[in-house]
Amino acid sequence: MHIVVCMKQVPDSAQIRVHPVTNTIMRQGVPTIINPYDLFALEEAMRLRDRFGGEVTVLTMGPPMAEDSLRKALTFGADRAVLLTDRFFAGSDTLATSYALAGALAKIGEEFGKPSIVFTGKQTIDGDTAQVGPGIAKRLRLNQLTYVARIAELDLAAEEITVERRAEGGVQVLSTRLPVLVTMLEGTNEMRRGTLEDAFRAARTQVVTWSAADAGITDLTKCGLRGSPTIVKKVFAPSARAEKAHQIPTADLSFEALAEAVMGEIFARQPAIEGDLMRFSSGQ
Amino acid sequence: MAEAPKQAPAAAGRAATKKELPEHFKAYKHVWVVVECEHGVVHPVSFELLGEGRKLADKRGAELAGVVMGNDRAAIAAAAAAAFEYGADLVYTIADPALAHYRNEAFTKGLTDLVNTYKPEILLLGATTLGRDLAGSVATTLLTGLTADCTELAIDEEGSLAATRPTFGGSLLCTIMTLNYRPQMATVRPRVLAMPERQPGRSGRIVEHPLDLAEDDIVTKVLRFVADRDSNQAQLAYADIVVAGGLGLRSAENFQLVKSLAEVLGAEYGGSRPLVQKGWIAADRQIGQTGKTIRPKLYIAAGISGAIQHRVGVEGADMIVAINTDPNAQIFDFAHVGIVADAIKLLPALTEAFRKHLSVNRLAG
Ligand SMILES: Cc1cc2nc3c(=O)[nH]c(=O)nc-3n(C[C@H](O)[C@H](O)[C@H](O)COP(=O)(O)OP(=O)(O)OC[C@H]3O[C@@H](n4cnc5c(N)ncnc54)[C@H](O)[C@@H]3O)c2cc1C
Ligand SMILES: Nc1ncnc2c1ncn2[C@@H]1O[C@H](COP(=O)(O)O)[C@@H](O)[C@H]1O
Repeated sequence: MHIVVCMKQVPDSAQIRVHPVTNTIMRQGVPTIINPYDLFALEEAMRLRDRFGGEVTVLTMGPPMAEDSLRKALTFGADRAVLLTDRFFAGSDTLATSYALAGALAKIGEEFGKPSIVFTGKQTIDGDTAQVGPGIAKRLRLNQLTYVARIAELDLAAEEITVERRAEGGVQVLSTRLPVLVTMLEGTNEMRRGTLEDAFRAARTQVVTWSAADAGITDLTKCGLRGSPTIVKKVFAPSARAEKAHQIPTADLSFEALAEAVMGEIFARQPAIEGDLMRFSSGQ
Repeated sequence: MAEAPKQAPAAAGRAATKKELPEHFKAYKHVWVVVECEHGVVHPVSFELLGEGRKLADKRGAELAGVVMGNDRAAIAAAAAAAFEYGADLVYTIADPALAHYRNEAFTKGLTDLVNTYKPEILLLGATTLGRDLAGSVATTLLTGLTADCTELAIDEEGSLAATRPTFGGSLLCTIMTLNYRPQMATVRPRVLAMPERQPGRSGRIVEHPLDLAEDDIVTKVLRFVADRDSNQAQLAYADIVVAGGLGLRSAENFQLVKSLAEVLGAEYGGSRPLVQKGWIAADRQIGQTGKTIRPKLYIAAGISGAIQHRVGVEGADMIVAINTDPNAQIFDFAHVGIVADAIKLLPALTEAFRKHLSVNRLAG
């Protein structure tokens, strides 16, 4: 069985800083990581491979330096890595991204065997849209299973898969036919430590690097900025609240007295809350 | 694996910046909201979207329509009636057994057909598991732009939808537009927009539409739906009062102090992300960018530093009260009331103060 995992290299968002004067992102020196959500997809893919046999290919669209993430994935135990990189892809929104990735996935199918399952993470931490997965599924006409918490059954002979999907207010148990696109929920598994052999293998493995043309993507009007219906009008830092918190003086107060002061402040600022609380406590 | 055929002709040239809207998109008018109705209950985010959609429609001099898809006709009628009371002028409905449970194929077909038939200018969905699943497929099928998880929607001078959303993990905001494709699509998370006033007795027109899809043609089957035993899922997001704790509480045992205060206040409790990672609280109690967005009347944060990823989930609260030992903690930059104190000592005192106040006043009242 061939499984492909789509992974994105992202800036470590916790460390992004905004230039205080120009309001632009200061990218210099910001470390990059594999999108944390994609690791759950990768681990799930490798577990299926270990159980049913086959291969896991990781796929990334990004700048040449995204190769680092792919190498990392190889050390975790992925079998093959494909980097889709071309200046024509710069500025892609989710529609253009899913177009490019769908193209690369079709090419991967021709070169290395059709994937039965394509995994994506739930979402990225920089784009944060959770839309690229559904976009790929629609373009490749794969059955779409989003927010998958658990793969309950996989029957390769019957080409059927049953999953538990996180829905609003409950869990849906869904079954469908392969090939499928699965977006994996976070917290569903824990990434293994790669073995020493994996590390050696990763060091020897050549990352397959494709330009748009290599991947057979010929309609460049659908790629990058040109193929993106959305346009970013402006980027700005969230406005800080005008004033800082009103500090309740704490000096020399017992915790009992301080608590009284805090409660008094809450009721003074939001008188309705006191009424709500009365109704609640009388209703008990 | 061939690419699916495209449904709408793509505009020529650089997609995003072309000035003139292509001729075939000029017929696209009105603002639509997908009214999410599962198991007979309308998700409150749909009403929040109708409230915002009403404002957008009025600015555009357009109508506001709801879209209700399902199987149970009584539930559909009830959802439509509620949509009118929250501001819709009309509601498109599709009733079909294939829509009994949410499934991507059937719902994508239904919504795509409605859009192609009645041509909305703006299409809004909740950023729920259903809304995000559906929006991504529909936008790709229609080859139009979609802005996910918006925090603000507006109409710019030229009449286009300006959708603002956090990016880079909430450290920045960006405003995104879809200039020459229609509809302009956006999703908004629950509790980001205010709940509009319900107008009892307000009514409107219903337009019924067929699904035209046989069950046999749908590959994906719903075998079961297991409702959450602890249906606090939505309750945290919609609670009037939320008490939350962070790493400053130091231990899972101390987190009990948060629960006790919440109990006295009839509040929901939650926490920062590290508490989920440590296993002190369940994942559905996490508040913030990758957890729940809340919009309570009162939010009490104890031992939480106020990182940007946490901040974006709580900013909509009417009043934020923060307890932190560090006078320079970030949380004091956006809290309304701050107390520089040890939360482990102050929380029990607060619980006691509220308990006393409420029992005394109850006896008096
Ligand atoms: C991609 C991404 C997504 C994230 N999503 C979220 C999210 O959704 N929600 C979220 O919350 N975080 C999220 N985070 C994590 C976030 O960046 C912070 O790390 C986290 O919010 C910090 O949690 P904390 O405030 O509990 O802990 P800390 O930052 O360790 O803060 C503890 C605070 O407690 C104070 N303190 C210590 N002792 C006491 C005491 N006795 N009494 C009172 N105060 C005390 C300290 O002064 C300090 O301010 C995310 C991070 C990333 C990278
Ligand atoms: N440039 C990319 N290369 C590979 N996979 C991607 C890329 N962008 C997004 N994805 C995949 O799509 C998922 C959803 O991304 P997003 O829609 O940006 O939230 C991610 O978790 C990845 O698995």
